Amino acid sequence: MSNRDFLLEIGLEELPARFVTTSVNQLKDKIKSWLAEERLEFADIRTFATPRRLAILIEGLHESQPDISEVAKGPAKKIAYDEEGNWTKAAQGFARGQGVTTEDLFFKEVKGVEYIHAKKFIQGQKTVELLPKMKDIITSLHFPKNMRWGSNDLRFARPIRWLVALFGKEVVPFSITSIETSSTTYGHRFLGKEIEITEPSEYVVSLLGEYVIANQDERKRAIRNQIESMTEGKGWIVPIDEELLEEVNNLVEYPTALSGSFDEDFLTLPKEVLITSMKEHQRYFPVENKEGELLPYFITVRNGDHQHLDNVSKGNEKVLRARLSDAAFFYREDQKVSIDNALQRLEQIVYHEELGSIGDKVRRVRDLVKTVGLKLSVDSSTAKTADRIAEICKFDLVTQMVNEFPELQGRMGEVYAELAGEDKAVTKGIYEHYQPRFAGDHSPTTLAGTVVSISEKLDTIVTCFAIGLIPTGSQDPYALRRQAAGVVQMVNDHKLDVNLEELIKSSLDVANRRQLLKREYDEIEKELIEFFTLRVRALLQEQGVQYDIIDSVLSNEIGHVPTLIKKTQILTEKHDDPSFKKVVEALSRVTNIAKKAEGEGTIDPTLFEKDEEQALYTHYKEVKNSVREALSQGDAKQAFEVLASSEPVINQYFDHIMVMTEDKTIRANRLYLMRELSEVIRSFAHFQSIVFA
Amino acid sequence: MNVQNMILTLQEYWAKQNCMIMQAYDTEKGAGTMSPFTLLRTIGPEPWNVAYVEPSRRPADGRYGENPNRLYQHHQFQVIMKPSPINIQELYLKSLEALGINPLKHDIRFVEDNWENPTLGCAGLGWEVWLDGMEITQFTYFQQVGGLEANPVAAEITYGLERLASYIQDKENVFDLEWVEGFTYGDIFKQPEYEHSKYTFEVSDSQMLFSLFGTYEQEAKRALDEGLVFPAYDYILKCSHTFNLLDARGAISVTERTGYIGRVRNLARAAARLYYDERERLGFPMLKKKEGKDNE
Repeated sequence: MSNRDFLLEIGLEELPARFVTTSVNQLKDKIKSWLAEERLEFADIRTFATPRRLAILIEGLHESQPDISEVAKGPAKKIAYDEEGNWTKAAQGFARGQGVTTEDLFFKEVKGVEYIHAKKFIQGQKTVELLPKMKDIITSLHFPKNMRWGSNDLRFARPIRWLVALFGKEVVPFSITSIETSSTTYGHRFLGKEIEITEPSEYVVSLLGEYVIANQDERKRAIRNQIESMTEGKGWIVPIDEELLEEVNNLVEYPTALSGSFDEDFLTLPKEVLITSMKEHQRYFPVENKEGELLPYFITVRNGDHQHLDNVSKGNEKVLRARLSDAAFFYREDQKVSIDNALQRLEQIVYHEELGSIGDKVRRVRDLVKTVGLKLSVDSSTAKTADRIAEICKFDLVTQMVNEFPELQGRMGEVYAELAGEDKAVTKGIYEHYQPRFAGDHSPTTLAGTVVSISEKLDTIVTCFAIGLIPTGSQDPYALRRQAAGVVQMVNDHKLDVNLEELIKSSLDVANRRQLLKREYDEIEKELIEFFTLRVRALLQEQGVQYDIIDSVLSNEIGHVPTLIKKTQILTEKHDDPSFKKVVEALSRVTNIAKKAEGEGTIDPTLFEKDEEQALYTHYKEVKNSVREALSQGDAKQAFEVLASSEPVINQYFDHIMVMTEDKTIRANRLYLMRELSEVIRSFAHFQSIVFA
Repeated sequence: MNVQNMILTLQEYWAKQNCMIMQAYDTEKGAGTMSPFTLLRTIGPEPWNVAYVEPSRRPADGRYGENPNRLYQHHQFQVIMKPSPINIQELYLKSLEALGINPLKHDIRFVEDNWENPTLGCAGLGWEVWLDGMEITQFTYFQQVGGLEANPVAAEITYGLERLASYIQDKENVFDLEWVEGFTYGDIFKQPEYEHSKYTFEVSDSQMLFSLFGTYEQEAKRALDEGLVFPAYDYILKCSHTFNLLDARGAISVTERTGYIGRVRNLARAAARLYYDERERLGFPMLKKKEGKDNE
């Protein structure tokens, strides 16, 4: 089959950098599935993406769809002919449906019965006639944000300025807004000219000649190499932040890396301030020495060639100088404000209209920190540290630096508190109390920092729930899910000896004492437990635990997270053991039948009729104590082993005892034993949920 | 190039692109966007192409004339083209060349920046334009104005004149900029910067300002009720500036803040709606002008 290359290029006003890669991939995916749908064969498909163009090159695209030739089976012969031997309506309908005439019908036997058949032939359509469909594919692209321009109704990421659609040497005609396809593209905005593409395969080379590196990966490699060669022999280390590189790469069509410097005096500013100024605000790469200390240099990537680099560098230095001068000013001014003074100002900042000021929040967090500290029996010095952290953890919110660089909250608090002579353990806790800041971030390393972080997050979650601000679907404006996951993560990372339910209750009590609950206590508590259960479930899923095992351990309360995780580990480990299934069956028999127990009542051993009853009862008493003890020490393995040891005793029991006997008193007594034992079993897991292949 | 010549150059350049050169609007405002030449005229189907300098007051940014980069009042050069022409980016870049900025000697980039002014019910998509890493222009395609969907879409180009001048003249301090030969920016604006800052932060009478806010608000409503959109809009601008003064003075708590912004927004939306209705009642006269011109 003869074939040609096909080039599609959408020329745009500068796309937001964050859209570039995802958009071209989306375009490729849509085109690929369209090709499959149209049964169009091709050799390869390649993507090109810059801020000003999204392009797809399909290599070796066949000239047309393959023809289809197939035989279709119709009604049986006896239905196809009427009494006079003419074609029936059914036969005529079949022929019509297949796009043939009755003359083309023939008979063929299928399992001893004759049926009419039709040979169907569909000629494949010419690719060039199908390609205008690209218009619909382009206009169906979706972006995180869309806009309109001029007098057009089309919504797109940014205005479309030109379109190239070239099949071999042939332009595929279609238009979007008033833009018609052609074979003309444009080079770099300043360095390049208009280009006539004669063959799709020339695309990359033609653009390179006009200062555009069209392929995103190639461009990125070029930036990396340039940065690397710049640092050679200078003792510079430039840590490449991949996210920044991706953004920078999508801000340029023809990258040229260059360096600049700033006054060494600025190095007295906290490192994070310098890095934020350079990275977040200017998209510069900071430069370090081998010891990881910042050097007074930066690297930026220009959208242009090597001409006049000094000029560009000078301009960038001027901008950075102004930014760092501002930062230095804030740094000086902020230090003039005492922590006490800053704390007073927190009283004026509304945290939430229904939840009071940040000062109010701080007082709640302090209360909770005390309770949590007691629950964890932390020593008095840790308790004192945690209290001071809680008291001052928000003071930096009123500093000018945090006002200018909100992402430095916590870090500036740490820096300023240290300058103010606060204890190192306290200053560290100020930074740590925001951790984990995002999914995958570390937990605080210190116990005091952990206690404050847990309390601060719990307070946010609980008070939001208290006034009805509950995340739904994709709506979670206060990032409560992330914060709850953070609490679970910290409890687990530090193996804290506390039940999640207790923590929730403590936080609810703090809010309740301040009359912040706008709804019923029990209702809020129930929703919070469900909410946290989902986070624990997510944590277990991330660890690769099977669904049925997660269900089995989460059927009760969440309780002590580290133990819960150990339970899933032992269940996972045992799951494929041949003996495990027998254990689960035995334990499930008990829990199943226990549901039939009614009314209050305790076991009366004098009513036992057989030895097996007495044996199980004796065993139950041992198991009850050992399981409780093992679980309280977090030894899930031991608890499981004890339960597993019940299997023969339970089976013996069921082999000889009929629980649902006629005698009501005996039956009730047997059910009480089942109920008591069932409770012990369920304190470990709901074994019935476990599924076997 | 001194500041005065920059203004003259930009005016001449955009006049050649068929923009009418307007004068700064005579009511205090925080940005060129708030001039009725932008905010009201970008509403509805009528074409509108203008350029003008707008002195813009941001009381909270006042620094007693001591900060080299921050000002109580700065100058914006504002261009509006509705509908946005297809070559608007190229037109803009040529204007930089007219100012003597050769793009080959610099690094010019369009970096995503979506602009929103909730007080006026405005939203747009576009970029900040970077010149060697410095933001010199805000470039926006209006999507919503005064709570109304923009159709057709206007392109707004806002040059920060002081920033641009500090680059062109290579000055670190805004007060050292040359306005015309022999006169610096400081000669003209240092005293008002100091006095306005002092007034804003230390002297202004909050009680009086609160009462003015209420009075302006009532008068804006009354004018709206009478169907008088332009007088109403003037009072809305006064509300907005009064609010900014109170806010800079620290007289408005965070909770109250939302309430005041909401009050201005409601007025701005009502004025936008009324402007549209009034123009519609008049049969969108400038639309006819355009058709007439096209037929010539």
